[in-house]
Amino acid sequence: MPGPLLQIAHLRIAFDTRRGNLVAVDDVSFDVHRGEVFGIVGESGAGKSLTGQAVIGLLEPPGRITAGRIRLEGRRIDNLPYARMRRLRGKQIGMIFQDPLTSLNPLYTIGRQLTETILTHRNMSHAQAREHAVRILSDVGIPAAEKRMEHYPHQFSGGMRQRVVIALALCVNPKLVIADEPTTALDVSIQAQIIALLKQLCEKHATAVVLITHDMGVIAEICDRVAVMYAGRIVELGTVRQVVKHARHPYASGLMGAIPSLRHRQERLNQIEGSMPRLAEIPAGCAFHPRCPEAFAKCRRRRPHLIEIQGAQVACWLYGEKA
Amino acid sequence: MGEAHRLPDLSGPILRVSGLKRFFDVSRPLLNRLLEGQPRQLLKAVNGVDFEIGEGETFALVGESGCGKSTVANLAAGLYAPSAGKIEFEGVDIATLSRRQMSPYRRHLAMIFQDPYASLNPRWRVQRIVGEPIRAFGLLSDRRAIARRTAELLQQVGLSPADGEKYPHEFSGGQRQRISIARALASQPRFIICDEPTSALDVSVQAQILNLMKGLQRRLGLSYLFISHDLAVVRHMADHIGVMYLGRLCEKGPADAIFSHPRHPYTRMLLDTIPDIEMTGRRRIPVSGEIPNPIDPPMGCAFHPRCPLANQRCRRERPELAPLSGGALAACHASLAGASWQPDAPPE
Repeated sequence: MPGPLLQIAHLRIAFDTRRGNLVAVDDVSFDVHRGEVFGIVGESGAGKSLTGQAVIGLLEPPGRITAGRIRLEGRRIDNLPYARMRRLRGKQIGMIFQDPLTSLNPLYTIGRQLTETILTHRNMSHAQAREHAVRILSDVGIPAAEKRMEHYPHQFSGGMRQRVVIALALCVNPKLVIADEPTTALDVSIQAQIIALLKQLCEKHATAVVLITHDMGVIAEICDRVAVMYAGRIVELGTVRQVVKHARHPYASGLMGAIPSLRHRQERLNQIEGSMPRLAEIPAGCAFHPRCPEAFAKCRRRRPHLIEIQGAQVACWLYGEKA
Repeated sequence: MGEAHRLPDLSGPILRVSGLKRFFDVSRPLLNRLLEGQPRQLLKAVNGVDFEIGEGETFALVGESGCGKSTVANLAAGLYAPSAGKIEFEGVDIATLSRRQMSPYRRHLAMIFQDPYASLNPRWRVQRIVGEPIRAFGLLSDRRAIARRTAELLQQVGLSPADGEKYPHEFSGGQRQRISIARALASQPRFIICDEPTSALDVSVQAQILNLMKGLQRRLGLSYLFISHDLAVVRHMADHIGVMYLGRLCEKGPADAIFSHPRHPYTRMLLDTIPDIEMTGRRRIPVSGEIPNPIDPPMGCAFHPRCPLANQRCRRERPELAPLSGGALAACHASLAGASWQPDAPPE
């Protein structure tokens, strides 16, 4: 099949506030291929969750897309009317959020929530939908799925609830799943189980995943390619190995160095001085230059764009013309 | 600092916790219990924990949510009274002291909490927050001297003295955690209890705070009780580690020994669940199961339903911490019997 599954081109998301127009995501472009796990990593406020919300059409006002295009299988989806977007969501694009309690209705049994979703999007009888729901529940590793269908969300543990949410996202075989910090609220031992499950299911159904997280470890575990975001922009994009092992952008490499290692004990962690700028105070030129140990005159004046170096893309003047 | 070859401290540990227990009564109201014929229910949050922290050392407690590690922190800080056991601070059992008797010791025990948004009074200026322990303990009385000391504390944690004029909301999460540290240092404590001090922070900020805490420890000779669920952070900070599972320590020992040769299957499992950022492709033990309900823990070894090495004995008899080679202790029948599997086998 030709072309990438999801194409995001020059996406810009802004908030109209009393203090003027705040640009939270600026000129973000990337493609996600079929069956690929694409990671977006960054610290709080980098704009990674907003990017995900824009794809599923769930940006909360006053945030809105002010420029750029989002295409799913070549068709624009950023300007769809509400009703059509709603049909697309769920059927073509599934969602998994950080807090499984907010994505489940506490008043309905999970069986009802699953069958309802399946009936909305697929041409099935009620009995077939129910059978499918049980199958998908046992696929996500919920023991005694038949019995658990009658239970309410509060009767599940945190890890089990996130499994239910994954079942809900995958029950209609979407082509793309947006997973926004799917394991952040879970304990480490449960996190590992959920990551393994997500990876295995998406391989099985050839579902593409956009995985949004602050945790580089999760990215290293399951992603094929990854984009590192800083202050609303992509600073580096490449295969996981390129970014994790040989990060080129000073922010990306600084971030990697800041993670304590299990293997050897360092006396001091690499630290990036300062903190991410507020939206109203994003510096001119490269947004990272005030914290960058290698910044020079050009970085303060002109904004670097992503350029290609040995298959990876980096937005940094260290790799462009210096003058 | 030579972690592995530290000489035995002749002056004794700064904190010694022995047989520490804390139970919470989670029974339904009396009337319901009588009507429904239910017994009392006790949540054994901490159920017999022993450890020592030497002068200038960091002891870390790790474990998943609900294992009781924060309860231990609150007990050590004197925020809860223990149900049983001793908490000796420099040889004095502070658990038995009255409020008044406790006060000379309290100065030497400070605490840093997880959430830098909830732990600072939003209506107070930073200088008042940081100066409060100085006033409360009567360390300085002159207002100018307090102001000077506050400015010095702010500088010590990497803030500027002018920041004292501001309110907490004007700071980022990392800066707020610096304020918490300045406040903790204000009473010149010898021992600081840190309950997940960096869990709410981004990695780059976490690195700043961890470096700061290590630097302060070296300069001021502080001892830390460090509570965290993040093994990589613990690896970076701790000299000694205790791994907790359902209210008990399942493994305890020097950090290097535990990270290089974890003995308890739970410790190995925890280490294996950490995403492999070095991308070595090592094969790992698949994790299974979830933490059981602490109100109704399993018989025998609490970990046996999830343990790949569990045998009949583990289901019946609770293992006690026993010394192993390398200076660590583990509470596991199977490890003692020499059972093992190959966690580091190369991938096919």
